Amino acid sequence: MSTLQMCLVLSGLIFGIGLTAALARSSAVLVLLGIELMLNAANLNFIAFWRFGPAPETGTGVLFVLFAIAVAAAEAAVGLALVIALYRHQKSIRLQEATRLKG
Amino acid sequence: MNITLVILGTVTVVSGATALSLRNIVRSVLLLVVSWFGIAALFLWAGAEFAAFAQALVYGGAVSMVVLFAVLLTRRNHLDATVPPPPPGRLLGALIAGGAVAGIIAATVIRTPFELANDEAPSLPVRRLGTLLMGPQLAALLVAGVLLTAALLGAVVIAAGRKDDKEGAP
Amino acid sequence: MRADAPEIDSWLERLPLIARDLLAGRLPEPWRWLAQSLVAIAVLLAAFGLLFALLTLAERKVLGRIQNRPGPNRVGWGGILQPFADGIKMLTKEDIVPRSADRLLHFLAPVALVSLSLLSLAVIPYGRRLLPLDLDSGVLYFFAASASSELAVFMAGWAGRNKYSLLAAMRALAQLISYELPLLLSVVPVVMIAGTLRPSEIVEAQSGWTIGILPHWHVLTPWGFAGFAIFMVAALAESNRSPFDLPEAESELIAGHLTEYSGFKYALFFMAEYFAMCALSGMAVTLFLGGWQAPFAALQFVPSYAWFAIKLLVLLLGFIWIRATLPRLRIDQLMRLAWKFLVPLALINLLTAAFWHLSAGWAMGAQPLRWGLALALVAVPFVLIGRGLSAGLGPRTYRYAAQ
Repeated sequence: MSTLQMCLVLSGLIFGIGLTAALARSSAVLVLLGIELMLNAANLNFIAFWRFGPAPETGTGVLFVLFAIAVAAAEAAVGLALVIALYRHQKSIRLQEATRLKG
Repeated sequence: MNITLVILGTVTVVSGATALSLRNIVRSVLLLVVSWFGIAALFLWAGAEFAAFAQALVYGGAVSMVVLFAVLLTRRNHLDATVPPPPPGRLLGALIAGGAVAGIIAATVIRTPFELANDEAPSLPVRRLGTLLMGPQLAALLVAGVLLTAALLGAVVIAAGRKDDKEGAP
Repeated sequence: MRADAPEIDSWLERLPLIARDLLAGRLPEPWRWLAQSLVAIAVLLAAFGLLFALLTLAERKVLGRIQNRPGPNRVGWGGILQPFADGIKMLTKEDIVPRSADRLLHFLAPVALVSLSLLSLAVIPYGRRLLPLDLDSGVLYFFAASASSELAVFMAGWAGRNKYSLLAAMRALAQLISYELPLLLSVVPVVMIAGTLRPSEIVEAQSGWTIGILPHWHVLTPWGFAGFAIFMVAALAESNRSPFDLPEAESELIAGHLTEYSGFKYALFFMAEYFAMCALSGMAVTLFLGGWQAPFAALQFVPSYAWFAIKLLVLLLGFIWIRATLPRLRIDQLMRLAWKFLVPLALINLLTAAFWHLSAGWAMGAQPLRWGLALALVAVPFVLIGRGLSAGLGPRTYRYAAQ
């Protein structure tokens, strides 16, 4: 298994862990943390392909990762603002209790 | 070189997995910060210096604190921040889903014959990143700037609430 | 105009390198790099540890003299052994951990804080050839290391399971995050003008003297002066120094986020604060004051690390002087200063630096106009925003009871 394949398997594993956390936990903050871990795994994938792929001097991989980090940080901020607003309504952040719009 | 990858990868995976399975959210966040630094170290190993320090600065130095503030402002009891563990049924389902995704990715990756191009870590000086950002990728940079401003304003508006809302925070 | 470079390789200049090669020069190649790095780490730890000790003494003596008293002068000749007496006291105090505290975090917080503050010392160029780690994005590494150390402040406040220390930790965190922004924004014009994130190249970009007596340091340009001022104010706040020491002041929530700490761990927190102060001063010297460059062309015979040390000590004495002089700011005044005053000024400074760079090619006759415009761009927003923020705060009027 070449180094690139090891990197990609590693990033797949991190993605799987993030996905498990996002599906299993019921606290909104932990779901958001799982999503952040998934985004990080995708960034690792980009860097692995930039490192071992052709034409790394175009820097596309690194630039994509920079933008992804910025967007993920913005999304974390907005998500956590939503968590605070949710807490204000239902006094807890368990996602199972957010059923007011259920038909 | 592979040894470094194995060690850093193990640290990242173990801290990430432990972080997301703990009951105490604050310890969870702090362990996840360790795994974020692990990913920054992996970027450094691959030669993407700027991306590594940007990851450390943004995640370890900013996102972690936003998450901690949100955790502290949304606690029911004031002494600790524990959450109940997931029920076994849901946990099993999530593990199967996560394992299936990771397994499919790993299987696909292992079967594909990739052609590796660079033996040594490529060097991307910051000056070149700067000229790329201000030249060919300027549109993306401007859009990212607008997006971040919108996200900042939106987060402030959502979290602040209105004056007649009763404050639920401790 | 560059003056003719005198003998740069004088033996004083090369002395640290000779010493390092004596210790590590005879090893084979991979071990030599490791040994050289270990020597650099040991020297840095020893030098900054000693500087920390002497700085605590200097602070108490200078504070004392400004307050018209002698300061500690009993231990040793003139009080010179006072830091060691303090060290022995701190080491022999009982280490109290509250029963309900989170023991792991309680232990890790000072360790994490000190180690992350020390990491940022690695990219500062201390001399012409004395840069421990020459990273391409060294400035970004420095700020990443100092931003990560803010987490340890939260860990300290949380670990004690004490409502008040948690509250103080959140306030401290809010202060640190707020002042991160002016700190970074004031560095952006320097990077823009120098065209690089590598600290050694930023120092090189400030080399040369006009007529042999005016160095080309960034602080001697309008945008550089404003940037230096904003950086220094933000550095004061980042290292929790007066007048921004609300998180750890004795009259605030006992000791803020450090309430549950005693003995050596308490000393470690202060050591981390002094290391952060030294690191930020070192970066200010590199970015704005020309690093290890001599101020006059004729003084180049003094070794470069001596110039760096002199400039660093001047900045640290400035920190101590400010502590003795200014009263403490409240948390809302502090946040207002950061968000409403320093951030707009830093953004306008970026504009000023851009104007300065684009007008670098103006003819000799237009130079006064360039300086005038740049100085106006720096001074006018300062006055206007300052006036705007202090609207409604007039001179104090006193009402006495007998009237």
